[in-house]
Amino acid sequence: MAYPSVVQEAYRAELGAIREKGIFKEERFIHSPQAAGIAVEFPSGQPPRRVVNLCSNNYLGLSSHPEVVAAAHRGLDERGYGMSSVRFICGTQDLHRELEHKLTAFLGTEDTILFPSCMDANGGVFEAVLNDQDVMIADRLVHASIVDGMRLCKAMQDTYKHADMKHLEQKLQDHQDKRVRLIITDGVFSMDGDLAPLDEICALAEKYDAMVFVDDSHASGFMGKTGRGTHEHFNCLGKIDIITTTLGKGLGGASGGCVSGRTEIVELCRQKARPYLFSNAVPPPIAAAAIKVLDIVSASTERRDRLEANQKFWRQGVSEAGFVIKDGDSPIVPIMLFNAKLSQDVARDLFAEGIYVIGFFFPVVAAGQARIRTQMSADHDIPMLKNALEAFKKVGDKYGIRGLDKKGIIEKFGV
Amino acid sequence: MKDIILDYIKNEYIDEDEADEMTLDENTPLISSGIVDSFSMVSLKRFLEKKYSISIPDDQATPEAFNTVSSIIRLVEKFKK
Repeated sequence: MAYPSVVQEAYRAELGAIREKGIFKEERFIHSPQAAGIAVEFPSGQPPRRVVNLCSNNYLGLSSHPEVVAAAHRGLDERGYGMSSVRFICGTQDLHRELEHKLTAFLGTEDTILFPSCMDANGGVFEAVLNDQDVMIADRLVHASIVDGMRLCKAMQDTYKHADMKHLEQKLQDHQDKRVRLIITDGVFSMDGDLAPLDEICALAEKYDAMVFVDDSHASGFMGKTGRGTHEHFNCLGKIDIITTTLGKGLGGASGGCVSGRTEIVELCRQKARPYLFSNAVPPPIAAAAIKVLDIVSASTERRDRLEANQKFWRQGVSEAGFVIKDGDSPIVPIMLFNAKLSQDVARDLFAEGIYVIGFFFPVVAAGQARIRTQMSADHDIPMLKNALEAFKKVGDKYGIRGLDKKGIIEKFGV
Repeated sequence: MKDIILDYIKNEYIDEDEADEMTLDENTPLISSGIVDSFSMVSLKRFLEKKYSISIPDDQATPEAFNTVSSIIRLVEKFKK
């Protein structure tokens, strides 16, 4: 063992610098199942208090749904706890096959392969299907896991301005000499809550002979009339070549992700994608519960409809209360504060009012774009959201920001 | 060279609705201010290499070297020789 003091000092200095910048992340301990209302111990050591949760990805309220929990129990009883193997050695059960088939049917694709997470799906897919004759053209606001996956791939990297179709078209023209042009985007962008214009993207893909990749992690289960995702919302079912998504948000909230799309692409991932080849299979209780989740969302749109109603109520409410929000049509509603310290102060004061939210600032979002990201769930009800709105009004009045536009907030607090 | 690089950065990285409220000159921080991030920096590197017929080794294409148009010009001049 060698842990030289000079190395230890260097690590301590780095941690100190993170603290000094005000970006040191601290976990908050939750003493209840994940839900719209939770018991949170914060600061650490304090007795837990009940708060309304406006910052989880539990969009459909299925994380602690009794039928999902019961299905996980059955999976545990009938198929055990873990697989002690990667998929291709002795880690594939009938449950994994069934879940992959159900995901294929739900997403309207040709085939699906499970990964331990969507982070892993994004980390493995590009390297498995692209080579140095190809180009990846990504929206600049795609999720960090896509950026990492692209860096592991030998294909040329390029980017286009967020959701800017003119810029994307220019890039497609620039790369006509490549074997494959892969347009890469999130379906719903996690920090802004806006949607990639997939109808326009698919039209450009057709015009310039490109393939389309969509990470629909913040959309699967609720975007579109029957919750299939952003591609359903834009009438692009069957047109997306590669969809990656997660079972860790709307679809149950545990873990696991997938690549779903063209048959050959999925098969190449099964042969070559390193996170699939070298990490354990999704555990049986999670696979069993995810199958139940897909049964629930396929049988009824009740939950996604309720989520949509909550989202509309909340967007209208915070907007009418005089806050600046990002336009969008998703359950992610960012309340813009622009100033980093203000975002932290407002989040802290809201917690004192019984509302759990997190303030985000640079480098998680662009400099001068600090915000509180609120996220709706089908488990919220209107009285709960009305109370949350009153708390936002109270705290907004404390800082005198209600009714101020971007310029007004920046004049008052700086960026 | 300064104007050519500034023009490229404006077109490549600045959104149309932000262009009016942003002043950009050769000393404006690009990376540390978030105008250009390491993810999208590759297209700027490729543009410089093509435009000035140079090759910039990856270990020289650092965020510091790309942080202002002035430092980018110094980098290009170094490899043009």
